[in-house]
Amino acid sequence: MACLEARGLRKTFGATVALDGLDLQVEEGRILGLIGPNGAGKTTALNAIVGLTSYEGRLNVLGRNPWTEREQLMRDVCFIADVAVLPRWMRVSQALDYVAGVHPRFDRAKAEAFLAKTTIGPTSKVRELSKGMVTQLHLAVVMAIDARLLVLDEPTLGLDILSRKAFYDSLLNDYFERTRTVVVATHQVEEVEHVLTDLMFIDRGRVVFSRSMEDVESQYREVLVHPDTLAAARALNPIHERQGVGRSILLFEGLERQQLAALGDVRTPSVADLFVAIMSSRRGQAQGATR
Amino acid sequence: MNTPSNVMAESQSRSGALALDISPARRMYWSVQRELWENRSIYLAPLAVGAVFLIGFLIALIRLPGRMRAALALGPMPQHEAIGQPYVIVALMLMVIEFLVAVYYCLEALYGERRDRSILFWKSLPVSDVTTVLAKASIPILVLPLVTFAVTVATQFVMLVVSSAVLAGSGMSAATLWTHVPFFQTSLINLVHLVGFHGLRYAPLYGWLLMVSAWAKRAPFLWATMPPLAIGAVEKIAFNTSHFAAMVQNHLLGSPDSVTPAGGMTMEMLAPLPLGQFVLSPSLWIGLAVTAVFLFAAVRLRRVRGLS
Repeated sequence: MACLEARGLRKTFGATVALDGLDLQVEEGRILGLIGPNGAGKTTALNAIVGLTSYEGRLNVLGRNPWTEREQLMRDVCFIADVAVLPRWMRVSQALDYVAGVHPRFDRAKAEAFLAKTTIGPTSKVRELSKGMVTQLHLAVVMAIDARLLVLDEPTLGLDILSRKAFYDSLLNDYFERTRTVVVATHQVEEVEHVLTDLMFIDRGRVVFSRSMEDVESQYREVLVHPDTLAAARALNPIHERQGVGRSILLFEGLERQQLAALGDVRTPSVADLFVAIMSSRRGQAQGATR
Repeated sequence: MNTPSNVMAESQSRSGALALDISPARRMYWSVQRELWENRSIYLAPLAVGAVFLIGFLIALIRLPGRMRAALALGPMPQHEAIGQPYVIVALMLMVIEFLVAVYYCLEALYGERRDRSILFWKSLPVSDVTTVLAKASIPILVLPLVTFAVTVATQFVMLVVSSAVLAGSGMSAATLWTHVPFFQTSLINLVHLVGFHGLRYAPLYGWLLMVSAWAKRAPFLWATMPPLAIGAVEKIAFNTSHFAAMVQNHLLGSPDSVTPAGGMTMEMLAPLPLGQFVLSPSLWIGLAVTAVFLFAAVRLRRVRGLS
């Protein structure tokens, strides 16, 4: 069953088109990474999914319309927007009291157990906590909610590398299970790429690339090509080429490992390299088309 | 892949463990509770005013026996006024602070959460915009009048008890004091005035302020005050009348003929109208209908405005 399905999702702010006919489908139990440059429409898409913004087109989240049924939907959906949204005046104990008071699926003991592993005291105020601690607190609250869909929008923005790593480790080890679905938007690709099951690039409000991580691993290869074999490698139509130290790094789609091994060392590209390759080839094409 | 039976078992265990739903009343309770956590001035401001007044009153107790003797020499009405005066003044002071806190609270209520982006957190929880706006509206309309009432009664009670002790110490009877400041009756007048006037009668004002605070992108105070002033000014210039201003003034301050100038400054002047007449007055109900319209608009705005 599709946990989340969007067809022709459109949203404009005045003359700016934030979403330009976005299609996406996420099955239960997947972890989808939504990657895109600034202003690509990631936040708008996620806001539409959690009922924070109106939209044109069709959007179905856990069988509900998020814009008209936000209250009911949020019993099954958790959302972390970014680190700054927990009210600064709130005490840790108040945050737990309040969520326990309004959320039927919140397990307070679980949240307290998670917080016990941190240095966050129950009487601290949010404004006294560091950025990393606020994120930990928010994560503790969210992980204690038995939700079916977790939506994360740049959840680790502004955190140091240790906190970022700890965030995704907790998410994967303590939270994720087969009946849960996660959608995460970020441009800090390195931290999430080992967590994802699916990958989606969006640009200017449209999906420009969508594959499962298995497909990415079997379809895309990066070859470190020695200058001597560069001409032969270029003949195989790489989708992208960049310069390494003394080598050219060429990215190929759909070619067998054996075929490429003769040209140089073959490896799986990182998501960041794939993203740069796809985006620059798209922009190149767009420029070619306008010329 | 999950087999269908697995999925069934999981969804059952899930519903078995935690799916007890939360009643709307409980959601409302916690929504009001969180307003009290965030806005401690709701009770700290009246408490501070009560405490400051009490300090002044206690110092002035030195002169109480003398003042009492002077009052006893007066005629019945001036005597009533002279003895009851401090009790009226503290009640009025608390009403003024209650009004200021209410106005400040309303302007901030739906604006502050957008400014500091905490609305993203509130909206990530299963609490509807209707519940949120009603919880916020209940603060100036019900919670603040009741808190102020409690503080007023407590302050006046302390004043009466301490005064009685001082009078007894100087060999005078406290009976005159209690007949001029009948505690139960004074408290009842206070309660009716606070809930009736400062809560229900002012409700359209609070509804308007809440709506503006849900709407304004910046400077909610200016947006709340400019349109009424503009309406009044346009009416004055165009028709040389001031019906709008008179209407607002009548609603918030009572109509001019209802004030009894002969009454002086006594607790009785705060008793608005006979209770039945007050409850049945059309202006009260028109005001409440207007409040409902403003609050409905505030709910819509909170939903649509989101972060912008």
